[in-house]
Amino acid sequence: MQALTFLDAFLGSIGRSVLGLCAAIGRIAIFAVLTISHLLRPPFYLAEFGRQLLHIGYFSLPVVGLTALFTGGALALQIYSGGARFSAEAVVPSVVAIAMVRELGPVLSGLMVAGRVSSSIAAELGTMRVTEQIDALTTLSTNPMKYLVVPRVLAATIAMPILAFIGDVIGIMGGFLVGTQRLGFNAATYINNTWSFLEFEDVFSGLVKAAAFGFIVALMGCYHGYNSGRGAQGVGRATTNAVVSASVLILAANYLLTEIFFTS
Amino acid sequence: MIQLINVKKSFGNNHVLRGVNLTIEQGESMVIIGGSGTGKSVALKSVLGLVQPDSGQILVNGADTTEGDRDAFLAQFGMLFQGGALFDSLSVWQNVAFRLLRGKGKLSKSDARDVAIEKLRRVGLKPEVADQFPAELSGGMQKRVGLARAIAAEPDIIFFDEPTTGLDPIMSGVINELIREIVVEMGATAMTITHDMSSVRAIADKVAMLHEGVVQWTGPVSEMDSSGDPYLDQFINARAEGPIEAVR
Repeated sequence: MQALTFLDAFLGSIGRSVLGLCAAIGRIAIFAVLTISHLLRPPFYLAEFGRQLLHIGYFSLPVVGLTALFTGGALALQIYSGGARFSAEAVVPSVVAIAMVRELGPVLSGLMVAGRVSSSIAAELGTMRVTEQIDALTTLSTNPMKYLVVPRVLAATIAMPILAFIGDVIGIMGGFLVGTQRLGFNAATYINNTWSFLEFEDVFSGLVKAAAFGFIVALMGCYHGYNSGRGAQGVGRATTNAVVSASVLILAANYLLTEIFFTS
Repeated sequence: MIQLINVKKSFGNNHVLRGVNLTIEQGESMVIIGGSGTGKSVALKSVLGLVQPDSGQILVNGADTTEGDRDAFLAQFGMLFQGGALFDSLSVWQNVAFRLLRGKGKLSKSDARDVAIEKLRRVGLKPEVADQFPAELSGGMQKRVGLARAIAAEPDIIFFDEPTTGLDPIMSGVINELIREIVVEMGATAMTITHDMSSVRAIADKVAMLHEGVVQWTGPVSEMDSSGDPYLDQFINARAEGPIEAVR
């Protein structure tokens, strides 16, 4: 009897979690649809969009650049030592380039921007919710979705491919520096091998991925901040949830997009 | 005129408003009093549509608040929030002129700034404050800026949410006087929620007391002390003993 009660409670808790997850997915989907619908209808807050473009795009450059530089360098070392096992050291330039533009550039940029931007958006909007600034916007005949959410989501969706592209270039440069300075590659051969094996589709798929990641990063920051609970604890939880959900969704979306691009 | 007709609102099992009926005449200053958690803020936010009532009707100048153009509806209102709710990322004058810089009847930047400085002067702030940011101001100054923002577009109806909370008694007196002067000067309809009795006596034409989600008593402020209502008496005289149970 006691075992049955335990089983009942156990299955009940699983059911509640699944239902809670489905409800959360539904709420986020509705929030995303609302965001897109506001994106297409005036008024548009261009000054706010410009400010967000600067904040999300330009100020993320150092963190994305440094991440890409070290990743490109480490990748060159790994591929060189791994490739040495079957005498394929010469593939370093092409593999570094393909890995950076297809995967590591967009994914690492996405994750770094998720840490930097999702948290900051969630904290800002969460504080605005707690201090009634979002209600104040409404009373001043300004739709908070249009004024706060749309500029952030649009700015992140546009800024991320640019960031990822810059990350790609810096990452390949990191590989080039390590390849030529540490591994003894000839500079001209390295550059030639990089270019000759890289295809338009590699770069394009990476940039599309980056745009999707930018949308996810800003959407998660806005969703959790906009629906933040009360007090410092509520804002803290919103910030954590924004970063965690953005990171997980970026990795899940990365898999899905890779399937779409490279298995069809 | 604002009318709340049998307005009910619950949050889960917490029945905050249980059938509120209240009428605020044109140009009248109504102050709603009541203990914490009695639904004063919810009633006020229901009128603005920031909270959706479960049932009942709210009419502003005879029109249902859930129908018609929302922007035009909200353009009639100005609101002073409890904590000021000033936008941190904007300077003081941009906060005050927020509505003037957007939407229909939008002013140029320089005109909007002039209006903002004039409204700041009206609430006793110098023009130098205009370019500062909210975080650089004291609590009393933030309240004044909030008041300037509420009156910037010269609304017909102004709401004040606990206007003196967090202020010292002298600053409370100053804000109360300002609110009274501005409401009279503009001929606006005012709805204030507070539990500060000095605010009630300074601002109100009429008083309504909310208790357990309904209007327990309503009448002119001059009759408040002689109402004979035990709930109101306990509240306005700040007595621990009485029909309202205090959680100790």
